Parts: sequence; C-alpha cells; structure tokens
Amino acid sequence: MKKMMIASALTGLLMMPLANAADYIVDTRGAHASVNFKIKHLGYSWLTGRFDKFDGKFNYDSANPEASEITFNVDVTSLNSNHAERDKHLKNDEVLGASKHATATFTSTSVKDMGNGNLKIVGNMTLKGVTKPMTIDAEKIGEGKDPWGGYRVGFSGTTLLSLADFGVQIFGDSSHATLDIQIEGIRQ
Amino acid sequence: MGLKNNSERYGWLSIALHWIMALAVFGLFGLGYWMVDLDYYSEWYRRAPSLHKSIGITLIALWIFRVFWRVIQQSPKSLDTHKPWERKVSKLTHLLLYVLMLTIMISGYLISTADGRGIEVFNLFTLPSLGELVTNQEDVAGEIHEVLAYIILGVAILHALAALKHHFIDKDQTLIRILRR
Repeated sequence: MKKMMIASALTGLLMMPLANAADYIVDTRGAHASVNFKIKHLGYSWLTGRFDKFDGKFNYDSANPEASEITFNVDVTSLNSNHAERDKHLKNDEVLGASKHATATFTSTSVKDMGNGNLKIVGNMTLKGVTKPMTIDAEKIGEGKDPWGGYRVGFSGTTLLSLADFGVQIFGDSSHATLDIQIEGIRQ
Repeated sequence: MGLKNNSERYGWLSIALHWIMALAVFGLFGLGYWMVDLDYYSEWYRRAPSLHKSIGITLIALWIFRVFWRVIQQSPKSLDTHKPWERKVSKLTHLLLYVLMLTIMISGYLISTADGRGIEVFNLFTLPSLGELVTNQEDVAGEIHEVLAYIILGVAILHALAALKHHFIDKDQTLIRILRR
C-alpha cells in the first residue's frame, strides 16, 4: 500500500512537466494567422487565394505534442482571390456552395509526433457539408513569451485537398488544392 | 422635324430610345441567362460577360439621357379612351421599368467592381470602381441583379401584352404612337 502510494506520487511528479498543456486561441484579432490555398489554373500556373475570416483554438504542450488537439473553423464566404468575379464563381453552388455551407471545419482526432517539431495532425474536415478524414503536415515554427506579457506558439501546416472528396466542381485537371495554414496561438 | 414629343405623339428620339433600350434589355437578359452557365473552357466564357458589361454600361448612359429627355419636355397625353385604372397601371408600370432598369444596372456594376477593378467598356475606356461598399459585395449585388432581372422581364412582358391589348382588342392608337411619328 505504502509502496503504491510512493509509486503513484513519483508517477505524479514525473507527469508534472507533461501536465502543463495550455489552451491557445488563434490570433485572428492581430491577424497573425492565415488560411491560404493554391490550385493550378489550366495547368499553366498557380492561382493563390485565401480565406479572410476564420477562428480556431488548440491545446499544446511541447513536452507531449501528441496530446494536442485543435479545432478550426473557416468562413467559406470570406474567400478572397483578389478578383470579385472569380470569388463569386468559386463560392457558387457548383464549386464551394458557400451560401448553403458557409463554414468549413477541421477537428483533430490524433496527433503524431514526427520529431524535430514536425507533427502529423489527423482529423476530420467538413467542407460543403461533407466530412472526410484529412491529415495536415504541421511544423512548429517557434514559441515563447511575447513582448506584451503573453505567451505564443506558432505552426505552419499544409495539406492536399481532393475537390472530388467534397463534391467541389473540378475545372480541367485541377483536381486538388493545396491548403497552406499559418497559425499563431496566444496562450489563455 | 418631329424630334420632340408633342401632346399627341412621341418624337423620333423618344421612339428610338424606347426601342433601342427595349432591345438592349431583352438582349442583356438573354445574354446574361446564357453566359452564367457557360463552361469554363467555352470560347465565350470571357467574351460574353465582357459584352454584357459593355452593353450594360452603355445602357446606363442611355437611361440617364432618356430620363433627362423625358423630364425636359412633355409626354403625350393618355388617349381619351384609356380608362382611369389603365392610366394608373400604365404609369406605375413605366415608373417600375425605369427604377428596375437603373437598380439592375447599378447592381451589375457593383458585382464587377467589388474588388476595385473598373469595367472595360468595348475596349474603349474603363469605368472606374468605387471600391467595396458592402461585405461580400459581389454576392449581395449578384443576388439583387439576378432577382430583379427576372422581375423586369415579367414587367416588360406585361407592358408588351398591354400594348398588344390596346392594338388588337381596343383597336386604339397606343401602340402606333410608339412605332411611328
């Protein structure tokens, strides 16, 4: 009994540094985050654009990154490719269906530590009302105190999105879009 | 001679404006209806909207001139045989057509200029943008543009049916007055 108590106390002590996973909110207010996409135009060039409105929160502990969780919401109607007529086209019912499905969501289900600050974030992506598993390759860029009394950690993530998976109209051979997500979280 | 209206007849300029604009309105409706479903790889995918916009901007200029032309001179009186309700309904229909035309053209302008880009008119000049005035302007303006286009089509058909009714049923001068001097 005594041994068990000591053991559990020791385990508790050992767990201590692992137990400081903190909650973070993605810094959208200061715009230290962006959701960008690129897709080939006619197969001749990369068209880039972004979603201006989104929000997200996650928890993260550098000592135990595999315990991390993230949920991220993107306002599809905020698509911005620097051309209003194209934005209107991409938001219509055949393409992203933004009027009926204004929000796209990614929720992580597990995180795999690949070493050197690299993570594989497995989760479910909901776009145009369709939910499919998706994996984001993420890399920690840095973390630490900010000059204003807060604490921040930032990541960069990319994933390849298959348009057919979500019922998004495909033009020519442009069947996939690369999502490039930059986030900086402020510890709560 | 006969350029201006008098109390009995429309002048040539009013007649010409009426028919040119009627043609433009129906043409723009048809072109717009057809072009929004064009395949991205169609050779008309870029030409049709460009033509639609150029004609639309020209129509705004004609609209402004037509209203000016209408205000600075008399309109022919209603025929004595026109019943009071017919006069009321026809005046309301005319007003509605003017207001709808203007609203549709402005909303069309707002779709294409939502990102700060101007509208190129027949490759002659570029009408500048006023910038983004409301959030998701291209979507909001697009919705208005589409719904009102269907409404004006309905009102214009009603207007045409009324003219035919005057010609074939009432056998009066209503339609003749807008056809020849």
